[in-house]
Order: sequence, then structure tokens, then C-alpha cells
Amino acid sequence: MTKHPKKLLVIVAEAALEKALVQHVMEQGAHGYTIYDVRGAGAAGAREGTWEADRTIEMKVICAADVADRIGDAVLAAYGDHYGVSMFFADVSVLRDNKY
Amino acid sequence: MAASMPMLDVVVLFFLLGVFARLVKSDLRLPEALYETLSIYLLLAIGLKGGIELSKQPLAALAPQVMATMALGFAIPFALFPLLRKLKLSSADSASLAAHYGSVSVVTFAVVVAALAREGIAHESHAPLWVAVMEAPGLVAGIVLARWSMRDDAGRGAATHWARLAHDVLFGKSVLLLMGGLAIGAVAGDAGTAPIKAVFIDPFKGVLALFLLELGLVAGARLGEVRRFGGPVLVVGLLVPPLLAVAGAMVGVLLGLSTGGVAILATLAASASYIAAPTAMRIAVPQANAALSITAALGITFPFNIVLGIPLYIRLAQVLTT
Repeated sequence: MTKHPKKLLVIVAEAALEKALVQHVMEQGAHGYTIYDVRGAGAAGAREGTWEADRTIEMKVICAADVADRIGDAVLAAYGDHYGVSMFFADVSVLRDNKY
Repeated sequence: MAASMPMLDVVVLFFLLGVFARLVKSDLRLPEALYETLSIYLLLAIGLKGGIELSKQPLAALAPQVMATMALGFAIPFALFPLLRKLKLSSADSASLAAHYGSVSVVTFAVVVAALAREGIAHESHAPLWVAVMEAPGLVAGIVLARWSMRDDAGRGAATHWARLAHDVLFGKSVLLLMGGLAIGAVAGDAGTAPIKAVFIDPFKGVLALFLLELGLVAGARLGEVRRFGGPVLVVGLLVPPLLAVAGAMVGVLLGLSTGGVAILATLAASASYIAAPTAMRIAVPQANAALSITAALGITFPFNIVLGIPLYIRLAQVLTT
């Protein structure tokens, strides 16, 4: 079985940014993403996700290392100052290189 | 009875139960999917009810009301902005907060209508139309204020994407469902909507009670934030609604509305949006502190209006229309 190295980029952000994040991620060359609703707390306080303005999403993107870097830069530049956004990277392996 | 202060409507008691549950740190938590379902139901049901009434009257006669309510929603942020700046709030926060008050709260509307029904005060039954047209103008005014007041700030970010914003507001869930309900009700009329009355009309108040329980939990969570923001938020949250109510009541009187109609317009002017406004302002004015606006709108103004404000606004309407 051949495995291919990729980056997993996880973005946790206010749900208001969902549309914009999807646009950034696809524009920078990712082939897909997964989003789910989450709740938690951070520097900006607790977000419980019980109503519209309190929702938080977690977005997972598996892509090439350079694409992940570009997404990270773009998202930080656009939203880092004024929005609740956190991101982290991890090394992952995939089976089908061309899918990501 | 009519002259004395009315007791709280039963739905308000559910709200207070929600706040209490939150304050005593109960594990009560309504699933988010239920919140979403209830809010969709309420918006549609309110729209439908108004639409059925619209089917019974000539639409052209409503034009002055539509224009006046929209103008009122647009004017409120401009009147509030200088006051908020005097309270030492930043331009961004002032504009965002002003937009929340310019826009309206649909649930506050539902509570005033329930209060009027309980007291047997007649009102224009197409009033949901006012709610639907008052959602957007305040948001637009808030964004205009933000752009204008922050025009000199360095690094204020990209220009406003008006097209995207218009799309998000006009096709956002609250305006879409209210307008959609109005249209369906107007087209189908009494006879057409009879088969769905058992779902959309009859259980309305019970659903409203459940939704208010959930809003009580949410508002209760904001009470802790009041201390964090201190004086300005309290001043805005408690003093601004009665002032705006007087302005709304005046417009109602000028339009020649019934006592109930004047009370509704006063309540709409006094209410602050917490569904459409936070989402729209978050995107349009990123520099504004979202928690500040939400704490004022939902943590202070909303409870104030449904517990104390609405009975006062009804009295005000009675004084002005007799």
C-alpha cells in the first residue's frame, strides 16, 4: 500500500466566516473540505453555539503543504485581527494522492 | 383592571425560567437544532398570519406605512450614533450597536402582539409586514455610519461588499421567512391556509413560550457580560428603548394607526435585533466588538422590553390615541 504525505489544516472560526473561508480555501487550491459545528472557549471567551451569533465551526482541509501554507497566510491576513480564528497543521498520509 | 399594570404574560414567565436556569447553573440546554426549528416556525407563522390579513385588503393603501416604518428603521441609527459616541464607545462599536437598535426583534414583536390580544386591544393584523420591512434599513444605516465615521482610519480593511451584504440581509433567514410567510398567506388567504392552521396558527403561543425559554438561557448567559462592559451598555440597554418607543409611537400616531398599532410600532422601534444584526454587522464591521452589541440587545434590552417596556408602550399608545 502506497501512502502519500499531505498536510491537514484545521481552522476553528466564528460561523459567520464560513462562506468566506470556503472561498479562500478553494481559491488557494484545496480540493475539498469538511465542516462541522463545535463549541468551546478561547481567548475571546466561551462560545456555546446555542444560537446564531454564538456558533463556531471547525473546518478540516487536507491538501499539499504549500497550499496549506497559502491558506493559513490568507486567512490570518484577512481575519486574524478582528475575528476568533485558530489554526493548526498536522502531517497526515492519504492513499489517493490526486484527491487532495 | 385595564388601567392597572397588567401581570406578566405567561410566555414571559418561560423567559424568566430560562434566565433563572442559567443563573443557577442548571444543566438545562435546548438542542441547537430545536432553537433553529423554533425560530423558523415563529418567523413563518408570524408572516403567514399577517399574509392572511393582507389578502383581505388593498395593498396600495399600505404604501405610506411601509415607507414610514422603513424610514423609521433607517433614521434610528443616525439618531443614536452621536449619543453612543458621547458614551465613549468607538466608532465601530457605536455604528454596530446603532444598527442593532435600528433593526427589529421578531420575538419582541410576538410578545407585544400576545400582550395586546390578552388585553383585548385591537391592532392592524398586517403588522408583520412592518416587521419584515424594518429588518434591513437599520442595518444599512449602521454600515453607512461605520464607513463614514471610520473613513480616515488607517487599515480599515476592504470596501463594503454591498452586493453580498444585500444578498445576506434580503435572503437571510429572517427576512426570507417573514416575507415568504406573508406572500404565502396573501396568496392562499383564509380558505387556502385552513388546512395548515392546526400547525401554524393554533400552537403558536406554546411554541413562542418554548422559544422564550431558550432565549432566557441565552440572555442569562449574557448577564455576566454586563459587568464586563459596565455603564455604557447599561445606559444604552435601559434608556435607549423607551426613547425610541416614543419616536415609534409618534410615527404610529402620524400614520393614524389604532391603539394596538401605535403600541406595536413603539415596541418595534424600541426593540433591538439579535438574529439578523449580529451576523450582518460581524461581516460588515469586523472592528466592532460583537459581544458588546449582543449584551446590550439581548442581555438587557430584550428582557427590559418584554418584562417592563411593553406594558409601558401599551399605556403610552393608549394615552396618545385617546
